[in-house]
Amino acid sequence: MVASLIGFLGDFDRAEEAAQEAFAVAAERWPRDGTPDNPGAWLVTTARNRAIDRIRRERVLTEKTKLLEPPPPMPESIFADERLELVFTCCHPALALDAQVALTLRTLGGLSTDEIARAFLVPETTMAQRLVRAKKKIKAAGIPFRIPADHLLPDRLAAVLAVVYLIFNEGYGGRNELAAEAIRLGRALAELMPDEPEVHALLALMLLHDGRRGARFADGELVLLRDQDRSLWDSAQIAGGVASLERALALQGRRPYVLQAAIASLHAEEPVDWAEIAALYRELARLTSSPVVELNGAVAVAESEGAAAALAIVDTLDLDGYLYLHSTRAELLSRLGRRDEARTAYRRALALAQAEPERRFLERRLAALSPR
Amino acid sequence: MKYALLIYSGEARDEWDALPETEQKAIMAEYVAIAGEPGTYGGEQLQPSATATTVRVEGGQTLTTDGPFMDTKEVLGGFYLIDVPDLDAALDVAARVPAARMGGIVEVRPLVEG
Repeated sequence: MVASLIGFLGDFDRAEEAAQEAFAVAAERWPRDGTPDNPGAWLVTTARNRAIDRIRRERVLTEKTKLLEPPPPMPESIFADERLELVFTCCHPALALDAQVALTLRTLGGLSTDEIARAFLVPETTMAQRLVRAKKKIKAAGIPFRIPADHLLPDRLAAVLAVVYLIFNEGYGGRNELAAEAIRLGRALAELMPDEPEVHALLALMLLHDGRRGARFADGELVLLRDQDRSLWDSAQIAGGVASLERALALQGRRPYVLQAAIASLHAEEPVDWAEIAALYRELARLTSSPVVELNGAVAVAESEGAAAALAIVDTLDLDGYLYLHSTRAELLSRLGRRDEARTAYRRALALAQAEPERRFLERRLAALSPR
Repeated sequence: MKYALLIYSGEARDEWDALPETEQKAIMAEYVAIAGEPGTYGGEQLQPSATATTVRVEGGQTLTTDGPFMDTKEVLGGFYLIDVPDLDAALDVAARVPAARMGGIVEVRPLVEG
């Protein structure tokens, strides 16, 4: 509802004020007069009228011109279109990434400024300022409330998906409300853009990862995928993820999120088809040119072809500052019986590790390699 | 909405200098074409930064120096003034400025209006 008001008023703050007033009026009148047949339309009409009254009182000429525009008709679908416009507005490239994330969570997710601040571990005033600056930029620079033109859509959609995935990754390490919010946004996007394979694929990816959340830790200690108790997986979420992936594949999707979701889906099977996963990682690496992707692919190669083949790949990667490069090397060296080198690699990984469960995990691995 | 497209030539100038005359002409034609678009109501090319003089007034004294404000690679080479519906339309024009694909940058800034 706020989305349609923002579109009409072109102003986030006025839209929020108007929405609040409308809800207040509804809370007062509906118990007395009964709920209207179309509550959504009633709320929006009331909010618009309140906003118009307020603008009239403020007597600003430029804003008065909005009164000259007749309000458009009110079918239910108008909410969907305007929510979609809002998504693209919040994720416009003219806004800094942290502003895109904050604005998306605030306007589409409906999180309070305080909730978002806590989720990203910044003071509330910082987050409030970030939102204010972003809204000012939208107004001052003329960022449009529109679904981008066709030639811009692929890049703009990629930006939207990146924001949602960023939110998910922020929440993945333990802040489950954030991860849940990202999934909610993903579902909304899938409803709003049902013909986009990458949208379904991102939702699939998030559901498949989140579905395994219950088994990732045991008594506060990290549990690797192969050691996880699958009964702790959320089978409904994983099934949902698989279904979304199938929709993406049916739409001929073959872009990064589709590949990542397919990999995640294969990880959830038993037995794991490591050769297929390795092949998908190779395809993904071609699309993204990412050494991290190649590193993850090497892990699959270790399972399907052996540690020596995997180590050969890992040793070509320029990722010296990356904790998981060293932890992976250490694991592979250990499997090849090169214990001294493995210990060195685990120590290098420990120097880079910050989260406690990861540190303990690496220390255990290191201890297991102590000279006898 | 009105915007200034500030064209920072940077390396674009060097790239342009290295091109054969026919290609240089083709690129100049692109600049002229943008100047002729309905949304464009102003625009000029600036002479090279070596021709610039900087003026400052401090304590009632006028200080005049040879050269541009900032002696960097990112030299302001020219600008357009455009009037278009929204930022996306402005970004569209900016992306077509040849300097943008030749190592330079185009800054898009809304004008103070009204």
